[in-house]
Amino acid sequence: MPPLLDIKNLKVHFHTRNGVVKAVDDVSIKVEQGEIAGIVGESGSGKSVTAYSLLGLIPMPPGRIEGGSAIFQGTDLLKLNERELNQYRGRKISMIFQDPMTSLNPYLKVSSQLVEPLAIHENITGKKALHRAIEALESVGIDDAATRIHSYPHEFSGGMRQRVMIAMALITKPDLLIADEPTTALDVTVQKQVLDVIRTLQKDTGTSVIFITHDLAVVHEMCDTVNLLYAGRDVESASASQLIQNPLHAYTRGLYRSNPSNHAKGSDLHTIPGLPPNLAKLGPGCAFRPRNTIGDPSLCLTDQTPELIEHSPRHFVQNCPGCLAKS
Amino acid sequence: MAEETHKQTLETLPETEAGHSLWQDAWIRLRSNRAAMVSCVILVAIIFSCFVLPIFSFIADPAEIELSTKNSAPTASHWMGQDQLGRDLLSRVLHGGRISILVGLITTTVSLTIGVAVGAIAGYSGGRTDAFLMRTVDVLYSLPFLIIVILFSAVARGQTDALTTWLVDNTNLSHDSIAPFTGLIPLFVAIGALSWLNISRIVRASVQNITGQEYVEAARSLGLSHGRILLRHIIPNAIGPIVVYATLTIPSVMLFEATLSFLGIGVQPPYSSWGILISDGADRMLSNPLLLIFPSIPFILTLMSLNFLGDGLRDALDPKSSKD
Repeated sequence: MPPLLDIKNLKVHFHTRNGVVKAVDDVSIKVEQGEIAGIVGESGSGKSVTAYSLLGLIPMPPGRIEGGSAIFQGTDLLKLNERELNQYRGRKISMIFQDPMTSLNPYLKVSSQLVEPLAIHENITGKKALHRAIEALESVGIDDAATRIHSYPHEFSGGMRQRVMIAMALITKPDLLIADEPTTALDVTVQKQVLDVIRTLQKDTGTSVIFITHDLAVVHEMCDTVNLLYAGRDVESASASQLIQNPLHAYTRGLYRSNPSNHAKGSDLHTIPGLPPNLAKLGPGCAFRPRNTIGDPSLCLTDQTPELIEHSPRHFVQNCPGCLAKS
Repeated sequence: MAEETHKQTLETLPETEAGHSLWQDAWIRLRSNRAAMVSCVILVAIIFSCFVLPIFSFIADPAEIELSTKNSAPTASHWMGQDQLGRDLLSRVLHGGRISILVGLITTTVSLTIGVAVGAIAGYSGGRTDAFLMRTVDVLYSLPFLIIVILFSAVARGQTDALTTWLVDNTNLSHDSIAPFTGLIPLFVAIGALSWLNISRIVRASVQNITGQEYVEAARSLGLSHGRILLRHIIPNAIGPIVVYATLTIPSVMLFEATLSFLGIGVQPPYSSWGILISDGADRMLSNPLLLIFPSIPFILTLMSLNFLGDGLRDALDPKSSKD
């Protein structure tokens, strides 16, 4: 059975005044039916751009999809025009966003926003739609949904708004949910609740999820597979358990080593020095070389960009000798 | 089980709770704003007086000249007295009000429609469309407004005369009842077509700001068309500045009409408007101040009411501003 979504060699570049920013430069991600695929990376590593380009939400210009394909149920999403994409958006693929405080229209009641996808995709309106919306709100754990649905977004807390977003995204029972850092803007206790909601609904409905985050702990709680991005490229991808047991790339190892729970109380935390490279000025060679303190930077590729290889079954990693070297 | 409770709740829900009730909510909030409601009442009273009262015969003919009693003070038969030609001032104020109000409303509607459409499209699309529309606005902005209006009115005069004759021939309207209005069409068009520039800039700025909000992105991710996003998610959020600007445009258009009439392009004697009455009254301020004071009262009341109503509407349309 082919995967639900197969992103191959995706390249998204932004043509800005300061040159071409290669925000996503050769990323391949597979999402299987019913699984949660995590996309992990630092800010600016290309995780959101990857997800946005699937739904054609990249501002173009300056953005441009330079190559690759994203086969979803047999159709290449990257080749669809705006009207065709609207048949997928909100119907087969839904999205939830980072900041629930701003992702609901402050002028419309929650009820009218929740029924909107039903009206445009399923032609359901009126009380029937309201009924479905109340059900959706209940499914994300909002008490007294029948009353609360008539509130405005500002009458909800951040966690509740994110639940509303989840309800809105899932109301049409999409095949794929893209969650773009859905818990980053929430405080920790609320994070846990929202993650639980996503996981429960995912299990109930069998929806596949692309889960974008920079929080490794969340990844291991949520995801079946993990794709680690760095500087717009895949660094390593594997099942979540494989990755935590056997991280190969220096970047992956560095990230796991920085996890506070791996440190004795009072000892300094491990950090990866430096900053991600400027994507407009990135030359050939291993992008991680200047920050590689775990492997052997002297062995890192400088003249050619490291290829992604299948190191062990379904465990892919960038083949850079310096980053794979154990010190 | 849960199904049943839903049904019960749905049945107990008042009908108005379902669906789009932004305007109902705004209305409830507006009703609790005393200044806005008083303004509403004043505006309705003025509009009623101007459009309905002159139908009755106790209001004199505004063109009837009684030189023997010119410049008279208010009497039982002439409540606001008579002007320098002995015409009934009350009647002239009411008839003038019709024209002033029409000029204000129609040209503001024209300019709002064009301005909001251009501003919203420019702000939402960005890129080349935006650049093209905004450079057009810049070019129009650099044209001398008054001269364009004068030219346009002069050119269009022939057409409006033809329209008046046609209407008189083909309907049972009398020449006197429609001539003041058809004569104003070039004015409506010219002012409306040129005064949308400011509103388009204001709308563009707020639409740009709103387009960057995440809920617009969320709306796109749900598969809404651009038109639906603009009409449902962007323009309602930009309504605050639009409403406030509209309530300020109406008085400024009324004043502009007075200027044009004074220059001989707007409303022509024997018809009048508040603007004309006020400028006539200002000329005779020292000899008979009542000629200035009486026409000014409804004009000032209208302008103030529009401002208060605009403020009230802005507050009412913003759900976050509610005091509860």
